Amino acid sequence: MTDKIKKASRHTSQSEGLIFEKSAHGKRGIELPPLDVPAIDAAAALGAAHARGEIIGFPEVSEIEVIRHFTRLSTWNYAIDLGMYPLGSCTMKYNPRVNEFVARLEGIATEHPYQPLELSQGCLKILQLLETCLLEITGMDAVTLEPSAGAQGELTGLLLIRAYLQSRGNPRKKVLIPDSAHGTNPATAVIAGYEVENIKSESHGQVDVERLREQVTEDVAALMITNPSTIGVFEQRIAEIAEILHAKGALLYMDGANMNALAGVARPGDFGVDVMHLNLHKTFSTPHGGGGPGAGPVLMKKFLEPFRPVPVLTVKPDGTLALDVNRPRSIGRVRAYCGNFGVLVRALAYTLAYGPGIRQATEDAVLNANYIRKKLEGVYDLPYSLPSMHEVVFSDARQKKHGVSTMDIAKRLIDYGFHPYTTAFPLIVPGALMVEPTESESKEECDLFVDAMRAIAEEAATNPEVVKTAPHSTRVGRLDEVGAARKPILRWKPSASGEAAD
Amino acid sequence: MRYLPKSPSERQEMLAAIGAKSIEELFASIPAAHRLKTPLRLPGPLSEMEIIEFFKARAAENSVGYTSFLGAGVYNHHRSVVTDALLQRGEFLTSYTPYQAEISQGTLQAIFEFQSLMCQLTGQEVANASMYDGSTALTEAALMAERVTGRSRVLMARSVHPEYRQVLATYARNSGLQVEEIAFTASGQLDAAALRSAVSSEVAAVIVQSPNFFGVLEEIPALAEIAHAKEALLVVGITEGVSLGAVRPPAEADIVAMEGQSFGLTPSYGGPFVGVIASREKYVRQMPGRLTGQTVDAQGRRGFVLTLATREQHIRREKATSNICTNQALCALAATMHLCLLGKEGLREQAQQNLSKARFALAELEKIPGVRRAFPGAFFNEFVIELPRSVKLVNAALLRDKIIGPLALGVFYPELSKRGLVCVTETTTRVEMERFAASLRRALAQPLE
Repeated sequence: MTDKIKKASRHTSQSEGLIFEKSAHGKRGIELPPLDVPAIDAAAALGAAHARGEIIGFPEVSEIEVIRHFTRLSTWNYAIDLGMYPLGSCTMKYNPRVNEFVARLEGIATEHPYQPLELSQGCLKILQLLETCLLEITGMDAVTLEPSAGAQGELTGLLLIRAYLQSRGNPRKKVLIPDSAHGTNPATAVIAGYEVENIKSESHGQVDVERLREQVTEDVAALMITNPSTIGVFEQRIAEIAEILHAKGALLYMDGANMNALAGVARPGDFGVDVMHLNLHKTFSTPHGGGGPGAGPVLMKKFLEPFRPVPVLTVKPDGTLALDVNRPRSIGRVRAYCGNFGVLVRALAYTLAYGPGIRQATEDAVLNANYIRKKLEGVYDLPYSLPSMHEVVFSDARQKKHGVSTMDIAKRLIDYGFHPYTTAFPLIVPGALMVEPTESESKEECDLFVDAMRAIAEEAATNPEVVKTAPHSTRVGRLDEVGAARKPILRWKPSASGEAAD
Repeated sequence: MRYLPKSPSERQEMLAAIGAKSIEELFASIPAAHRLKTPLRLPGPLSEMEIIEFFKARAAENSVGYTSFLGAGVYNHHRSVVTDALLQRGEFLTSYTPYQAEISQGTLQAIFEFQSLMCQLTGQEVANASMYDGSTALTEAALMAERVTGRSRVLMARSVHPEYRQVLATYARNSGLQVEEIAFTASGQLDAAALRSAVSSEVAAVIVQSPNFFGVLEEIPALAEIAHAKEALLVVGITEGVSLGAVRPPAEADIVAMEGQSFGLTPSYGGPFVGVIASREKYVRQMPGRLTGQTVDAQGRRGFVLTLATREQHIRREKATSNICTNQALCALAATMHLCLLGKEGLREQAQQNLSKARFALAELEKIPGVRRAFPGAFFNEFVIELPRSVKLVNAALLRDKIIGPLALGVFYPELSKRGLVCVTETTTRVEMERFAASLRRALAQPLE
């Protein structure tokens, strides 16, 4: 380790095999109270054809072994709780612990989606208040909290557009998507029954409005736009883009992945957006948890409201809340029950903690990104010069001359005690380094990050091998991904006894 | 604000370093017309104490103090406090999708263990890293069958969870998939004769659930034969994972779509849960969602990576097998911890307790005049009772005794009015079951108003 590495130092971590390798017959980690009714054997109750034998290879371990197993595994992860996690487009901000506490309360975590409405008013009030807050933050007219994550929100949004256009006689054929968009956008459009037409960015990374004007025809259902775009820049002609679409009867969909740049400062409902989704696991601080769960509420203008997925939260004449499933123009149901309720609880707790002060979080996020941009300008290539909002995108153009790529720099950053930024995205920037610090980083942490990035740039010039072979401080080095895909090993199997069978 | 780690003077220092006079300058790229002139009208800011107070007040407006006999895809099972203590370690809670494998080995190894456990439970060869929930897993299984077979019709048992069927209908509507429903018989099982005459060489998949929505087990080997005779796939949905501790797994199925909520996740008013897709190895490249695979580093040390990503949206964009990105990783981790704690013997015992208690409850209820079991097929921990009057009326009476009674099936099946779905798990005590039976007896003895 060099003396430039200020944030991290070596420490011992424990080795740990797979849980299956620790298993031995007769151990267990949960004991149930004795059965208080007559015991019935499975074969007797179900018939021999339906009864199951032993699950070969299923783990048998004690409570302390489970504690140690997962605690040891946990120490092999990097996390927001350890330090800056500047993954661009992912908004890795602090996950407040009170949100976890309230989501686990008896009366919140314990509630069944089919219990009577008169015993669910607390749950429904939580949903209602979150709806009100999200509408105020986005400036939209109606909302559904059902979608499970951003991609399902996108699908819900496009189905709303489709249902609306269909109601006017023609669902149309195409959805336009900028080349800088997230991969979920085109993948979603196909499921909604649309063809994807890519639109090229102009030289500043913004939507090419003149070309767009030519591309928007009577065949186009919508444009899916991310604003600020994936290079972290506000689409300055957004209102004009909306007008071009609306003039041809097409709609403007906004991917709200980057809403952390706008909350409290500007509202999509005020600049021509017809429908959008939010990622509550980004802007609204619900934990990423190693890849989920998320929630992807969809917000819309009034004319799309009749098409909302069921159930729809409604207020009855007596003032109590209800869930309406009898909605003849609805696009249908997008998942079972009432969305990822536990995630919605956390998002509301976050929103209440800030109130109108959510603007301060946005300001700090933008301040951090611009501070890092300023400090690294000239060290790393800045392919687009327009002002950055909550994230900044550099390229590896300078380091490439020494044979060092964005992936190498990212891996070396691990040795310096940071999680890497997002590599190689957006696709319009060759060798992209996409840095999103969020508001959760102090000046001190930002300075450490800047120092680390500067030190790596120097290493790239003077000792490129150390960067190209990084990381050097982790339990495992770079892993053989090609081998993993060529001969996939996707599960543990007992070594001698063969397949788990019944 | 307590979540923000900057002092006012540090903000000024940073602005000065940037060369900006004010924070407003950093937002100048947003046209002035679009910038808010006034603060948002939001409740708050609230302190931690006030937030807790707010949610406790909401919790008090819910069902605390009631005994519930609801199941229908969401089950109240025992959860060890160990799972929740481990789950809240920041290294699990506050990490991202494990794309940077070298500093995500904890999450990756746990996902590998999850995939292995799901294969063991379902009798399948491969399982993915999770889907949103059981309903979207079943839908994605249907779309997967469409890709595998190149056919675009599916036959769906009417005894599948009604909300799951509605979700498939939403996805199918615009993707060219046709869905035809197959009726159930008086036993509560899928009508095999109707299936046999409906299945053809145009059918991509036969989709069933077992135990089905009525709690009744389907005859999986026989149904597989009917489907396979026309080279259609058999997709089996499972909403009650604990059943797999006692019930033979659907090994003959080509795809299993499971809801894993029963493995250590709270009901949480319907989510977040964890969906699973498990299948045969030969179909792995048509699977949706993330997969973790075992590999080695340059020194030959074992490690795990996300693999076969060329199926996924971030690589394949419009040609991806699914649009799913964020999944339910933390819920999958909870299920993994829970199943490790429970272990082979614990799961078997838990399943046996569910079986035994459900039979005790049924026997108690059947002693009441006018109450009888609606479907005679083999069942796990849920069963349908037929009442002499509307379930809604009966439930209103039960509520007065602080009992949340059976799910009224007439809401989903007009022909099943006066039928209610009852669920009993290992957490239901004998006293609660006896109290339920006594309350129901009293309710039915009351003259109709």
